[in-house]
Amino acid sequence: MERYSGFSLFKHAFSHHENWQKAWHSPAPKPSYDVVIVGGGGHGLATAYYLAKQHGITRVAVLEKGYLGGGNTGRNTTIVRSNYLWDEAARLYDHSLSLWQGLSQELNYNVMFSQRGVLNVGHNLQDMRDIERRVNANRLNGIDAEVLDTKAVKELVPIINDSPNIRYPVHGASWQASGGVARHDAVAWGYARAANSLGVDLIQQCEVTGIRRQAGAVVGVETNLGFIAAAKVACVVAGSSGVMAAHADIRLPLESYPLQALVSEPIKPVLDTVVMSNAVHAYVSQSDKGDLVIGAGIDTYNGYGQRGSFQIIEHTVSAICELFPVFSRVRMNRSWGGVVDISPDACPIISKTMIKGLYFNCGWGTGGFKATPGSGHVFAHTIAKDQAHPIAAPFNLDRFNTGHLIDEHGAAAVAH
Amino acid sequence: MSQPNRLSVGGRIDRSKPIEFSFNKRSYEGYAGDTLASALLANGVNLVGRSFKYSRPRGIMGHGAEEANALMQLGQGAVTVPNPKATQVELYSGMVATSTNGWPSVEFDLMAWLGKLGGPFMPPGFYYKTFMFPQAWWLRYEKFIRKAAGFGHISQQPDPDIYDKLNHYCDVMVIGAGPAGISAALEAGRNGKRVILADEQCELGGSLLASQQNINGASASDWLGTAVTELASMANVVLLSRTTVFGYYDHNFLAALEQRTDHLGPTAVKGTRQRLHRIRAKAVVLATGAIERPLVFGNNDLPGVMLAQSVSAYINRYAVVPGERALIMTSNDSGYQAALDIQSAGRTVVAVVDCRYHAEGRLAQMARAAGIEVITGHGVIEACGSHSVTGAVIAPLDQAGDQITGAQRSVSCDLIAMAGGWSPVVHLSCHTGSRPVWDEQLIGFVPGPNVQQQYCAGAVVGHYTLAHALSGGAAVGAEAAGAKVPEIHFDCGDETEAQAQALFLIPHSKSVSRAPKQFVDFQNDVTAAGIELAIREGYESIEHIKRYTAMGFGTDQGKTANVNGVAIAAKALHQSIQATGTTIFRPAYTPVTFGALAGRDVGSLFDPARYTATHQWHVAQGAKFENVGQWKRPWYFPKAGETMQQTLNRECLAVRNSVGIMDASTLGKIDIQGTDAREFLNRIYTNDWSNLKPGKCRYGLMLKEDGMVFDDGVTTCLSENHFLMTTTTGGAAEVLAWLELWQQTEWPELEVYFTSVTDHWVTYSLVGPNSRKVLEQLCNDVDLSAEAFKFMDYKAGTVAGIPARICRISFTGELSFEVNVPANQGHFVWQQIIAAGEAYDITPYGTESMHILRAEKGYIIVGQDTDGSLTPQDCGMDWIVSKTKAFSFIGQRSLHRSDTARSDRKQLVGLKPKDPAAIIPEGSQIVMDPNQQIPMDMVGHVTSSYWSVCLDHGIAMGTVKAGFSRMGETVYCPLVDGRTLAAEICSPVFYDPNGERHHD
Ligand SMILES: Cc1cc2nc3c(=O)[nH]c(=O)nc-3n(C[C@H](O)[C@H](O)[C@H](O)COP(=O)(O)OP(=O)(O)OC[C@H]3O[C@@H](n4cnc5c(N)ncnc54)[C@H](O)[C@@H]3O)c2cc1C
Repeated sequence: MERYSGFSLFKHAFSHHENWQKAWHSPAPKPSYDVVIVGGGGHGLATAYYLAKQHGITRVAVLEKGYLGGGNTGRNTTIVRSNYLWDEAARLYDHSLSLWQGLSQELNYNVMFSQRGVLNVGHNLQDMRDIERRVNANRLNGIDAEVLDTKAVKELVPIINDSPNIRYPVHGASWQASGGVARHDAVAWGYARAANSLGVDLIQQCEVTGIRRQAGAVVGVETNLGFIAAAKVACVVAGSSGVMAAHADIRLPLESYPLQALVSEPIKPVLDTVVMSNAVHAYVSQSDKGDLVIGAGIDTYNGYGQRGSFQIIEHTVSAICELFPVFSRVRMNRSWGGVVDISPDACPIISKTMIKGLYFNCGWGTGGFKATPGSGHVFAHTIAKDQAHPIAAPFNLDRFNTGHLIDEHGAAAVAH
Repeated sequence: MSQPNRLSVGGRIDRSKPIEFSFNKRSYEGYAGDTLASALLANGVNLVGRSFKYSRPRGIMGHGAEEANALMQLGQGAVTVPNPKATQVELYSGMVATSTNGWPSVEFDLMAWLGKLGGPFMPPGFYYKTFMFPQAWWLRYEKFIRKAAGFGHISQQPDPDIYDKLNHYCDVMVIGAGPAGISAALEAGRNGKRVILADEQCELGGSLLASQQNINGASASDWLGTAVTELASMANVVLLSRTTVFGYYDHNFLAALEQRTDHLGPTAVKGTRQRLHRIRAKAVVLATGAIERPLVFGNNDLPGVMLAQSVSAYINRYAVVPGERALIMTSNDSGYQAALDIQSAGRTVVAVVDCRYHAEGRLAQMARAAGIEVITGHGVIEACGSHSVTGAVIAPLDQAGDQITGAQRSVSCDLIAMAGGWSPVVHLSCHTGSRPVWDEQLIGFVPGPNVQQQYCAGAVVGHYTLAHALSGGAAVGAEAAGAKVPEIHFDCGDETEAQAQALFLIPHSKSVSRAPKQFVDFQNDVTAAGIELAIREGYESIEHIKRYTAMGFGTDQGKTANVNGVAIAAKALHQSIQATGTTIFRPAYTPVTFGALAGRDVGSLFDPARYTATHQWHVAQGAKFENVGQWKRPWYFPKAGETMQQTLNRECLAVRNSVGIMDASTLGKIDIQGTDAREFLNRIYTNDWSNLKPGKCRYGLMLKEDGMVFDDGVTTCLSENHFLMTTTTGGAAEVLAWLELWQQTEWPELEVYFTSVTDHWVTYSLVGPNSRKVLEQLCNDVDLSAEAFKFMDYKAGTVAGIPARICRISFTGELSFEVNVPANQGHFVWQQIIAAGEAYDITPYGTESMHILRAEKGYIIVGQDTDGSLTPQDCGMDWIVSKTKAFSFIGQRSLHRSDTARSDRKQLVGLKPKDPAAIIPEGSQIVMDPNQQIPMDMVGHVTSSYWSVCLDHGIAMGTVKAGFSRMGETVYCPLVDGRTLAAEICSPVFYDPNGERHHD
């Protein structure tokens, strides 16, 4: 792999950038692999990378029905944080956060992980109780977290409406300084490039249409490019997980919903941190290009269309204007949707299945981007060892039978 | 003031109405009817901005929504608007506009040096390759990068304007009021259908506004006048000008933004600035036209390089010729129209350079006949000039347009009009999920298959001649109206056109990577070389190319860039344009003001607060309020000089020793009726409702499917098939939706109906040992004695002469009566109770004292003590879970799952601080070993915590792992401030453990 650096850029400038190598190759699929990963989103690509890097398994193919990173990875609002309430979730997301730090260097691809801090704003007494609780839990789990009062919030975000007389006054916030945002495409591309350089085949425009099994074990996948044999098949297809599981006659406890986001036109920087409010349903940060990047809530119906309803956008924007009246004259440039896979406890499934050699990594719902490195890392371990990584173990499928849920819906109910 | 580029006659401007405006601090004059762009061009101003990445000088290139360069900062102070396109801004008197980039000025921009010097090191994706070392420095680099972010700026003041919304239903929604749209609207309207015709421009007419053609003998402008008059006369037709349909959603739902006052300027107006139209249409006619494509050649971004059609539009519509010596570069016949227009405006056409070897269309012949030099088989390979066009380099091309075949030469000119063919405006059809299809003949993407009741007419489907647009419009207008297609003939004298050439990138003598920058996406500084580089690096999907280069991500959404980009990519990938595909256009077609999306749902109307009937009384008493759900609830009622704790102490003691009153009207109330109402309750609640008699109340707990507590409340049996359910204040709406969900989707066979009556009844809790005495004074038709009116009884009667429902239920452990009266009489009854209670010093109390009083009794508050992870058993409420019900209840199955049934789950217990003066902060985490290193093993957390004046010590509730079996053990709460508080696990019932007080 050709190394990227300021120097390489400088050097290539003199040959008018005519000699850059491919970031990755697009080969035809081989007849068989040790591991086939279905889904070329961030999670699938990260899984492939860690399989090759950490476990030396390089006869790996990532099969992607569209283009790499074109699913939720390329559609999300890129908020990264790890201040989750429950120990299991906190461990998983914090594992991920520690991988984020240094990811650009590890991949030799600048994923622009920007630790500009994340605020979760509270608007009433119960919000603040929940924030106190979560921050306390975070601190005792070794995760950086703080409770801020209104004044401190205002200092970080001078344009926030801090009037006590509004409908949703800002009572305070939780603050994770090490949270932030990253460049979503770069995450997919960085992992793709690094995985490819370790021998992983990246096969785009390749849709898996069936999972072939024999005697209770996986033997390969049917695709539009023909059968591809593999003793291990790992599905990382987010909103399509239910469809994929049906190919193996499994029903997952997941519902797929449209989730939308929008950006404004680029404006001069006014917002340095990520601001999230669950009560009013608004999440916003400002990109390096100047766009306000705004996340909406999910639509209330199930669906696979990567489109949502207009009233969700209207509601989200009025929530944003409630928190930031100064945005009223800004204009929405573009809105879009993805399909998110929501599990009953708002936590992912990283698991073996009853079918030998078949693994699922899904259920990340509205908030899995931040987990990309950690998810890939523990999932690769799970696949390689055919045994759950200790951090992944609580996220097994069986928890829906035993009832050992990790309910992040409850007190901590923060999406994204 | 002179307007050097203004013609003395013609155009749709009003020379009798001069308008003063300023741009970049200099004053100019334009005319009514101008856009900011046409007025600037009239004044000879063409350098209007600096490009995003390389800070290159940029001018006006288009005349409408397609404009990529001329982003403005419009207006000052609170009303300033970032980023409108000068081509879409109607000129008003006193307008103040500035460029959005360029420092210290657009003319002398220091960043340009950086762009020039640094440009070679800033190919697409350069930031992915650098700024990585040292690791910790990215934030520093980023700070610097962010300095260059954004175009315009926002004001720090609140928006003084208001926005509103209007909902419409119509039979036929016609989008675009060019010839096709007008013709369609006329037909649909004549057939009596409800029609809406919307167009983004200030005048209806589209291309007719700048057309020199005749329609059936009348001038285009006269025909338009007649048509608009007819449309306006039809009561069933709504005409919306200045209205952009920006989004096309499922089920023929459309969103449109109408600019109502922007064209008047910020000072002239009162009223709604912009209106969002939300339209549901039976049928939609897309008559959105086509946008001319630029051609991609060296330095094609210089000010003075414009779209040919735009040049014509400026001449014909605004009487502005944006140059003296024009060179036309065309790949099709439409370039000749611009040449003819320029010439008839009295300016010089240096030549028409046509890449085709044969240019024999009628317009080309007319140009030649008019003495215009036509250079076929050539291309403009490069524009020359530093801040604006001073010349061009032309060279002979091979027939395919791939290579230069001979010597190049320079010509001098100050305007280059480019005509690269047409791109139908397929954006809206894309919003529906349909993917555009490449049409080889038309050399453009046309709308893909319809997924909704949708029709297309005019240029959007490649019907470029006026007659075709008009007849096509009439046909689909009639079709959409379900009527017979009329026999109308349009004679417009359209010239037949020769086949265009599919040329996008004009080759240079140097390779693409070495040639002067050949821009594809002007706003995002994406060049042909950038696209080729992306492909070279493996970013081969058109979506990857888009994302890697940022092509099409601008505020123009690639209206001029996309097709050229796709075509250049296709060529580099050696595949067809259809196979390459296009990126997906998304709403909004043009940017939409946030304020308009929010409409009136801002400020106090964002989520309107709900007030109880007694709210004014609470306010008058100086109550502090707490927001609970949508409600404003009295939190506590401080008296002068009291601290909050003193108030709470006073309130609690009053309740325990005499009588208090609380406004509990906010509790959700759901009226449940039907022969299966009882059965339904059995399934929804954990306990058994089979034999609850009329006149009795019962407390119930609802679980979600996972067995976790979801809501609670008392339900009263009013009569055999009639119940009144109460819910938590915040949970009311969700509970109602929950009931409906189960009834409608799972048990439709059950005969049961739900009605929210939260607002219809007020609920006053009269609480304390003297509560009976107070109520007796007001109620003489109900026997309130302990023998006749037992705990958990309900009786109907009157209170203060008002019909009332009275229940004996208690959330404090004291004797109490809950009085429900119709809300309209609520305030009156409250005052009567207060008056009657005077002798007992009746004390109003709020939610905080309520919380303390119930915590002293160990009663849970759902949502505070529970969080969706506790079962009834975890809450110590196994007693409420029926083991014998015939039918299951929601959540029952889950209670038997192995983890849910564990005995060492987190359980809700009482916590008594070791330091009796301490109040453990709510939200504290609980550990067993205070000295453990981080990460600590947390066994639970404090859910509720108060000072109990009755007990004279702090009390708390919390969850503790296996708490029920750890009674008496000590736990610890490590606090953020470094302190660690110890507490003893105890029963959560701190007060009156045997429940004697509320029974007498
Ligand atoms: C609008 C929006 C905002 C969000 N905001 C945030 C946020 O701020 N922070 C955060 O942490 N998370 C956020 N998320 C969630 C986050 O995007 C996802 O959880 C995460 O990106 C999932 O990554 P993935 O790789 O699992 O899925 P994806 O990126 O969706 O990848 C799955 C891939 O599988 C492919 N696939 C599907 N079926 C097949 C098949 N049969 N054969 C082959 N390939 C197939 C798909 O094409 C897709 O590329 C947001 C999501 C959305 C939609």
